[in-house]
Amino acid sequence: MLSFFKAELSSLSAQTKLMPFGYKTPRFRGGVHAQEHKAATAALPIASDFPLPKKLFIPLQQHVGKPAEPLIMVGDKVLKGQLLAYSQGLISAPVHAPSSGIIVDVNDYPAPHPSALPIRTIVLETDGKDEWIKTQAVDDPFRLDPEEISLRVGAAGIVGLGGATFPTAVKLNMGRENRVDTLIINGSECEPYLCCDDRLMQERAGQIIDGVRLMLHGMETESAVVAIEDNKPQAYLAMQAAAEPYAQIEVIQIPTRYPMGWDRQLIRYVTGKEVPVGCRSSEIGVTIHNVGTAYAVHKAIRYGQPLLNRVVTVAGGAVKRPMNVEVPFGTLISELFDFCEVDKDATARIIMGGPMMGDSLPHIGLPTVKATSGILALTQSELKSTDEQPCIRCASCVSVCPAGLRPLDMANNIRINQLDAAVDLGLKDCISCGCCSYICPSNIPLVQYFKYASGEVVARQQAQHKSEQTKRLIDARNARMERIAQQQREDELARIAAKAERERLKAEQEALV
Amino acid sequence: MIPYMKPSSGAHVGADNSVSQIMWKVMLALSPATAFGLLCFGWPAINLFIITVLSAVVFEAFCVRLKGRAAKPVIMDGSAVLTGWLLAMTLPPWAPWWIGVVGSGLAIILGKQVYGGLGQNLFNPAMLARVALLISFPIEMTTWANVSPLFFVHSPGLIESWHITFSGLDNIDASTGATTLGFIKTEFSQNRLLTDILKDYSGFLSFIGGTRGSLGETSTLLLGLGGVWLIRQNIIQWQIPVSLLMTVILLAGFFHAVDSEHYVSPLLHLNSGAMMCVAFFIATDYVTSPNTPTGQLVFGAGCGLLIFVIRTWGAYPEGAGFAVLLMNSATPLIDYYIKPRIYGRDRKGKPLEIPKA
Repeated sequence: MLSFFKAELSSLSAQTKLMPFGYKTPRFRGGVHAQEHKAATAALPIASDFPLPKKLFIPLQQHVGKPAEPLIMVGDKVLKGQLLAYSQGLISAPVHAPSSGIIVDVNDYPAPHPSALPIRTIVLETDGKDEWIKTQAVDDPFRLDPEEISLRVGAAGIVGLGGATFPTAVKLNMGRENRVDTLIINGSECEPYLCCDDRLMQERAGQIIDGVRLMLHGMETESAVVAIEDNKPQAYLAMQAAAEPYAQIEVIQIPTRYPMGWDRQLIRYVTGKEVPVGCRSSEIGVTIHNVGTAYAVHKAIRYGQPLLNRVVTVAGGAVKRPMNVEVPFGTLISELFDFCEVDKDATARIIMGGPMMGDSLPHIGLPTVKATSGILALTQSELKSTDEQPCIRCASCVSVCPAGLRPLDMANNIRINQLDAAVDLGLKDCISCGCCSYICPSNIPLVQYFKYASGEVVARQQAQHKSEQTKRLIDARNARMERIAQQQREDELARIAAKAERERLKAEQEALV
Repeated sequence: MIPYMKPSSGAHVGADNSVSQIMWKVMLALSPATAFGLLCFGWPAINLFIITVLSAVVFEAFCVRLKGRAAKPVIMDGSAVLTGWLLAMTLPPWAPWWIGVVGSGLAIILGKQVYGGLGQNLFNPAMLARVALLISFPIEMTTWANVSPLFFVHSPGLIESWHITFSGLDNIDASTGATTLGFIKTEFSQNRLLTDILKDYSGFLSFIGGTRGSLGETSTLLLGLGGVWLIRQNIIQWQIPVSLLMTVILLAGFFHAVDSEHYVSPLLHLNSGAMMCVAFFIATDYVTSPNTPTGQLVFGAGCGLLIFVIRTWGAYPEGAGFAVLLMNSATPLIDYYIKPRIYGRDRKGKPLEIPKA
């Protein structure tokens, strides 16, 4: 048992050494160490020879917020980088043409989502010329106003490429308005299988660091910390070399433990600050962006290129040629799978994103979007068993939960339809990281329960709201009817009184006569 | 209710563990102490062990069939075998066959299945059965066989063992005696002092396990090794065993230091009765112990306190079973009050305040 304590102590001291700001070392809470499965792809350079697809299916909503509004018409000829749909509202992002060609349809097509329900999509038939629209390069972007940086980032359609797809410009603005003192660049890439960020850091460290500097300029922030998990030593070395000339950017190594890349976890690890529930991290002086986002900012500001493609990890046991490949948005997963020689018979489940937080897709006729960090084709033997057994209250889920929840109690309440009790236990603080499902020896799909319950709670609230609204309308109507009836009764009484009066007068007159 | 064909949400991959794997590992950890106990107490103990485990499985299958479900997958999770095994370890080694059968019936039916099966029970099934047996059949449950190792000349042979198991012991006085704790309790009532009582006591022998006692509870060494292995395997956490044992050591140490003639030493406490078995294998039962590390510390300390109090001032020489059951009933309360702090919230669940810059 002593050796446990020793291991604990040594890991603590290792963390202390890494601490950049002299804060007291916060412990990483919970988390799991999943088998990484990164070796097959992490050593290969990013493939850029992916053949341009004949048709691109570009959804109008590839981000958090309102969908973009198309400003092209079917039949229009567009150039690569041309704006196809503009951003609508405060939190939204525009969509650009990933290549040149002709718009052949603007209609509803299946979304890359577990439901595959249709969403509005622009279909672009490429002409193979890949002809760029005229872009606006900037020689010295540091002379641009910080507001101008945000505007250009917003116009380039850049969203958080770690998977959250929150519009980056909004975050830059919030950072500036809240006078954020630290920018954290998230290079942890803690999901198993995925290594697109790893390769990006190894191959394009200079551009990423340039993007970081541009973000710092755009947010008027002094210092940045690039945090990379220690299972990516080459990425760390490359990034450190690239950041060498810039004193304001520090590159640090952090322990490899899922979900290190959860923004709030990383913030606590790097700065020692904890983001209160209901707050944005910028309110406590920290903003966090992904390395891929920094790279996109570099391209958008230096060369005026909007976000048109990204590096996607294609991996899993059923993939014969696993790789990281740069693909334009709107590429169908089926084409990607053909390129990577996926064995369709061996594929038991297709996942967009990583195996911990990603969603399974019903088929491969779906496009890749800005959120697509990886597409996995997993074989049956790689998957967790779905043979659900009774909960034995082993509390592994409690010990791995990075948010400090008690998944087993929440799941037990959800099972008996006590959703309010589950909310009281912290259902809304669940980040769906999947640690509890991963560790559960009884194969209980806990995250599935929680997502179901969260959706159901919202639906019930809406239903309740609606019934309250209806009740209010009925009450109002009843009051109105009552008022009218009262008025009628009064009128009636007045009429009777008037009639009596008339008859009395008439009788008096007759008496006089 | 839950739309569920295959999970569309993660995690799609999983850790290499399962319920049955956990159960088998616990049994593996129990097996050295069990094997040693069976060796020490010979054929009658082996009979009792087999009868208890088998009847636990039969009762489990019966209950599951009553519910209209297939029995085989439930049996294969290993929980019934483990319950029977743990119960057998806590029984007097030469107890008659029906003690094992009744005990298993109590454990599986009353202790587990009436609550709804695996994971639903409030009390540890083995301890519930053990205590119910002790109260109902005090003679049989306190008849402790002498150590009579397998294949020794004076030990009962296979044929003789059937006689002992199925029709009872003929010459009780010749082959049985008192456990250390029981002996101390009766001698205290004769106003004898500890140094006098413990003249013939060998701490080493009880550490190894060559003393009278329950079938699998005598070997402090082997139970301890099995328990530490379970902690290393990450099957159980250190909190409950450590806090339980530490509480007993501190309490016993204090009283022993004050009056060493009337309060037994911490070492003797650890070395006797069900202490090690309870600390590592019974109190750590997932289903009936708290979920959080802090809660587990409280739970372990409570068990330790109760064991010490019952052993020292209670009517029974050993109180481990009662202690565990009492703390089992406190588990929901502990879980209600001691819970982890949610990220971004304070202990009461209110969002943290934004620090002033």
